[in-house]
Amino acid sequence: MRARGLVKTYGSREALRGVDLAADPGELVAIIGPNGAGKTTLLSILAGIMKPDGGDVGIDGGAVGWVPQQAALYRRLTVEENLLLFARLEGHEDPRASTEEMLELAGLGERRGEIVARLSGGNQQRINIAIGLLSRPAVLLLDEPSVGLDPRQRARLWEFVSGLAGRGTTVIFSTHDIQEAERYGRRLLVLADGESLFDGPAEELREAVRREAPEAADRDFETAFVAYLQHRGH
Amino acid sequence: MRWLLLKDLQILRRSPLQALLLVAYPVLIAVLVGFAISRSPEKPRIAFLNEVPSDTRVSVGGQQLPAAGVSDRICSRVECVDVKDRAQARDEVESGEVLAAVILPSDLVDKINSLGTLTPGVPRVEVLVNEEDPVKAQLVNERISTLLAQANLAIARRIATEGGHYLNLLVNGGNLRVIGQTVNILGLRATAQILGALEPALPPGPLRASLREVTGFATQARDNLNIAGPLIDRIAQPIVVKKEAVSGSSPPLEIFAIAVAATLTLAFVTVLLVAGSLALEREENAFSRLTRGLVSPLALLGEKVLLGMVVGLVVTLVMLAGMQLFVPLQWSRIGLWLLAILAGGGALAAAGAALGAAAREVRAVSLLAFMVTLPVAFLSLIPSGAVGSGLYDLVRIVTAIFPFKPALEAMTAALDSAGPGIGGPLAHLAILIVAYGLLARFALRRFAAV
Repeated sequence: MRARGLVKTYGSREALRGVDLAADPGELVAIIGPNGAGKTTLLSILAGIMKPDGGDVGIDGGAVGWVPQQAALYRRLTVEENLLLFARLEGHEDPRASTEEMLELAGLGERRGEIVARLSGGNQQRINIAIGLLSRPAVLLLDEPSVGLDPRQRARLWEFVSGLAGRGTTVIFSTHDIQEAERYGRRLLVLADGESLFDGPAEELREAVRREAPEAADRDFETAFVAYLQHRGH
Repeated sequence: MRWLLLKDLQILRRSPLQALLLVAYPVLIAVLVGFAISRSPEKPRIAFLNEVPSDTRVSVGGQQLPAAGVSDRICSRVECVDVKDRAQARDEVESGEVLAAVILPSDLVDKINSLGTLTPGVPRVEVLVNEEDPVKAQLVNERISTLLAQANLAIARRIATEGGHYLNLLVNGGNLRVIGQTVNILGLRATAQILGALEPALPPGPLRASLREVTGFATQARDNLNIAGPLIDRIAQPIVVKKEAVSGSSPPLEIFAIAVAATLTLAFVTVLLVAGSLALEREENAFSRLTRGLVSPLALLGEKVLLGMVVGLVVTLVMLAGMQLFVPLQWSRIGLWLLAILAGGGALAAAGAALGAAAREVRAVSLLAFMVTLPVAFLSLIPSGAVGSGLYDLVRIVTAIFPFKPALEAMTAALDSAGPGIGGPLAHLAILIVAYGLLARFALRRFAAV
């Protein structure tokens, strides 16, 4: 997936100011930044939900799967009914087979008949992602997928997502948790006030933080990162 | 679209309270309206004390009419509760067991009979009422006034009939029974003929001239009293009503009541269901996912309207089947019923979709749907002339914009075989489907925004 010079404005506010992004097959890219940085706007444009005011997005074949921040599924339907519905809407030739495949992938085969509203937030998020995968996407976009999950649920979620990347799916996710981005993202894109400040591996980001905010180099990475953003005027 | 429809029906099935309301509501409406229109209006309970002696008769020109007919006439229009005395009558009224007490005093007939004398009295009927409730007091006053007007009219008719009979006897002659004896009355007609025959036998002179004057008087009196006959007949009811319907043809009351009940059911079910279901797509965060290439916004709106039409059709048919227990319906017209329900349901569902897209949150949508549907339904039932012309024009505009009134007109036309055609209301509903569909589509542009 390639995006170049993306610009988006809401009235007089610039949500994105010429952001570039590239991600290769099987790559896990974390978009990180404080609230209001433009992460969701960038993902919405990449997903095709929103049109940019400038720039363009391209993908070399395959579909784009979209997993919104809040689980986008029907809480009064069962796990299986949700997957079956979206498989049918995706136009799968054998929606039941696709449903079985996703149930297995999400590890929810035994809970297929449960009403979604009765599942934990983590399991709801796994179904949410499984629905996003029904389009068999080459690129999967996840908007803050771990929000509201406890540490154990987060660990299971990232195990699941890392498995997808291991099978060749490009995963681009947003988060405002620097440690999560560092741990799971192979590449990090730092956004602040719609501006792209950094794009590279976590080690290079640490180096950049040490270089630009030396007074915070001895502190934990999150504190040093905040100091780095302040040095960059955000 | 069918998978979305299936999904919505599954969700509906999983919401027992919602599903129960959808079934219970029309059944309740059907039972209430059915009872209301299948039973004749309850007769008011009136305590009745008749103190007039049973052998007393109303005297009209020497003729005696039985007085008992008055009480029969009153008790045919109300449910009379016989009481033994005034104290019991008062107790019954005070306790609320009866709406009022009517007492015919013992001198009532004597007073009526005195109307034909030089010293007429004032016949009075005594009425005891309990006015603690202003609505009830008004009802009693109207009922009593109506009853007395009817009693006065009956007496006046009887007197007029008797008067006409005597007048006819005076003009044309005949037999009259007086105190058991039959008396032959010559009559003005025969008198004039006899006098006219006598006149040539008299020699010319003052006597013959006088006889001619008497003959002329008898002839004039006959002719004028002949004219007076119909006038006396009209005294009892001097004004008659000639009614002509210059516009509209009202359906039978029970048909109209069924149409109102069915349209109310259809309106609430479709508007609430469609508006709520569309808002739920947003609350479940599914709207963005669906419209990201899986379903177009227009197709989603179409599915919601279809959902409203399907559920509205089923529920309204259940309600009509319930009505059948109380009022026989013409099931041979079911084709027109279906047409009216589907068209009305379509327009109401489109309005529901517009409300759902505009309000966006399920709770706000439910409130808005009630706040719009209920007043518009009431406004739609206001007849012309009930309010000022300017206000009525405003009511007509409002009720033409919302689909309830055309849906009601279509339902009435479908149920009433003698009523106006269904084409006009269907065309109106078709326009509203398109208009509300466009409004809903426009509102969906900002639907997913926070």
